[in-house]
Amino acid sequence: MRTTGTLIHEHKLERSCVFLLLLFLVALCGVSRVRAGDASTAVAAGTNAMAAATNAPAPPQQPDSVAYPPGANAGNEQDFTWPVPAKTMDNLGMTNAPTPLYAKPTMDEMIQNEAHNKVSINIVWTLVTGFLVMFMQAGFALVETGLCRAKNAAHVMAMNFMIYGLGMLGFWICGFAIMFGGYYNGPVAIGWQPSLGQGLALLNVEHGITIGDIKWGFMGGAGFFLNPSVFDTSIFCLFLFQMVFMDTTATIPTGAMAERWNFKNFIIYGFWVGMFPYAFFGNWVWGGGWLAQLGQTMGLGHGHVDFAGSSVVHMCGGMIALSGAAVLGPRLGKFGPDGKARPIPGHNLVYVMLGTFILAFGWFGFNPGSTLAGTDNRIAIIAVNTMLASASGALAACLMMYFKFGKPDPSMMCNGMLAGLVAITAPCAFVSSWGAVLIGLVAGTLVVYSVFFIEGKLKVDDPVGAISVHGACGAWGVLSLGLFANGTYGAGWNGVHKLIKGGEVMRILNDGPASIAKYNEMTGSGPTGGWTDMGVTGALGKLFHGPMNDWSQFGAQCCGTLTCFVFVAGFAYVWFKFSNLVFPIRSVKDDEMEGLDVPEMGAECYPDYHLTDKSSPRVG
Amino acid sequence: MKKIEAIIKPFKVEEVKDALAEIGLEGMTVTEVKGFGRQKGHTEIYRGSEYTVDFLPKIKLEIVLPDTRVDAAVKAIIGAAKTGKIGDGKIFLFDVHEAIRIRTEESGEKAI
Repeated sequence: MRTTGTLIHEHKLERSCVFLLLLFLVALCGVSRVRAGDASTAVAAGTNAMAAATNAPAPPQQPDSVAYPPGANAGNEQDFTWPVPAKTMDNLGMTNAPTPLYAKPTMDEMIQNEAHNKVSINIVWTLVTGFLVMFMQAGFALVETGLCRAKNAAHVMAMNFMIYGLGMLGFWICGFAIMFGGYYNGPVAIGWQPSLGQGLALLNVEHGITIGDIKWGFMGGAGFFLNPSVFDTSIFCLFLFQMVFMDTTATIPTGAMAERWNFKNFIIYGFWVGMFPYAFFGNWVWGGGWLAQLGQTMGLGHGHVDFAGSSVVHMCGGMIALSGAAVLGPRLGKFGPDGKARPIPGHNLVYVMLGTFILAFGWFGFNPGSTLAGTDNRIAIIAVNTMLASASGALAACLMMYFKFGKPDPSMMCNGMLAGLVAITAPCAFVSSWGAVLIGLVAGTLVVYSVFFIEGKLKVDDPVGAISVHGACGAWGVLSLGLFANGTYGAGWNGVHKLIKGGEVMRILNDGPASIAKYNEMTGSGPTGGWTDMGVTGALGKLFHGPMNDWSQFGAQCCGTLTCFVFVAGFAYVWFKFSNLVFPIRSVKDDEMEGLDVPEMGAECYPDYHLTDKSSPRVG
Repeated sequence: MKKIEAIIKPFKVEEVKDALAEIGLEGMTVTEVKGFGRQKGHTEIYRGSEYTVDFLPKIKLEIVLPDTRVDAAVKAIIGAAKTGKIGDGKIFLFDVHEAIRIRTEESGEKAI
């Protein structure tokens, strides 16, 4: 029981915390104003796309673009990059309300309609898959809560619940701007157009470090607080999709750090994780930053390639979880006096397995959605590869446990399925079905050994196996891409074109009109033409019917993996040590013994049941 | 009057109840309990670490009945609950010196 005195003291602390947070927000507002100014001048000086859109003779007559600005840039002839599939043109004039239905539309109208449709399909696809990824929060909540004890169930659920909004606000404040503020300036393929519409051209402020004649992208600088300078449908769509990805990263550590993490420390963590670590690493890989540039600058394949986030999302979350769990220390009684790990069984395997299924379902948004384009038919291959790897991952973990211990631990089967899903996240678009099955099998095996290693050797207590599932298998995922990618997808990825003809390979970088002319000549049908543009190819590409073996791609993947480990784990370690000074990171010992539900949450999760707490080991 | 307290395997509770009903016993109280005896529990593996399940789930069944019916009841319980393997449980007998039906305030054997 606490005395009244300490209660008052705590309230004071809370008030001062809220005050500090408000101050912080106000300060950031100031920063964002300045940045917004930068952005608008950059737009004026720069992009042809925007100019073309605003100078168009007639505004597009579409319901979402009548009022400027949102959606005004959502479709024009630049988006019209593939032939019209329709055979009868009579029905296409529907936007001309007063004219009869059979009036033939002008070519301009058709182009505008088709372009708008393409962008709309992409926006709908990206939003719907984003909604699926949002539902993964429910999956994480169930898996993590099921693997913890009943006396902490409300606490674990509450962390999983609050991280959704805390991370979202952090991402809105500055995470999105840091990650994607320079999206439009990133290295891209020749002829690339933003799939969600030309409005993405507004994200064109990338801050970098110039070494020699190369500017290495470090952080974006447009879109703080989604301010008016980025008020556009395409950008809001991108924000939603990337926000739910960030939330996935954010919720991974709540599992590894469950049952002993003080809730107040967790709340400030929620803002931090949405604002900085994921955003920086994400900028380097997806926002056009230095890891994406490795192909152009260092000749390493297509640069660090991560299709849907084995490194950006999962390994990042796993590394934060590793540092967090290490700083927190193990749960009371987890390791006996002899240093041997004692099991602390979870309280509900139904939650765990249901949660795993929800996650596997959400992954159909996670991976196929990462095309940001429903018009990219590769989504079918991505979806099939995703489910194949989940199956082989679960099978591998199940068999491993059978062979080692005689029984297939259900919690480990779930870890195995998630391991397969995490690993296939980076390579899902680039590998054959055999590659996907193999990646899942390795991940399912790796996760079992990783759980034993982290608990037995590192002595880090991870109640749900999050470090192994997301950290270890995330690393395996990006590395496997560098091994198994078979060159059938991703031509020109990160601005690197690898042209192949009769075993000879030529690299063309998308760095100006000269290289575009050269590219057109080589891929054309003229005397010097006939070269094939090759997709992302791994070190063992030929084994999977690819055109060649490219070890440099594997090199790029290693750079990305190492960077994720050093930067994210290091940054997180510093953060947790620092935040421990603001609010103690570890729950009070007595509260932890009693279960955190009542002392920290003020609510029992299962008030009508008598909890025996038989899973808790003796403390000491 | 005697009270029978039988600790049995949970999946035998229906059979025991039917066997007691067959010899005309009309009331009983059951409780879900956990415990262990001479053989202790058993060991399992959770995520690679071995642990002992000490407390095994059992059903505790309580019946109060006239002295004359005790032998038949004990025989019925043994007949229904026996599997011949370890963990079948135990039966304890106690003397009961009074029983009262709350609704009618009857007492003694009439109250059972």
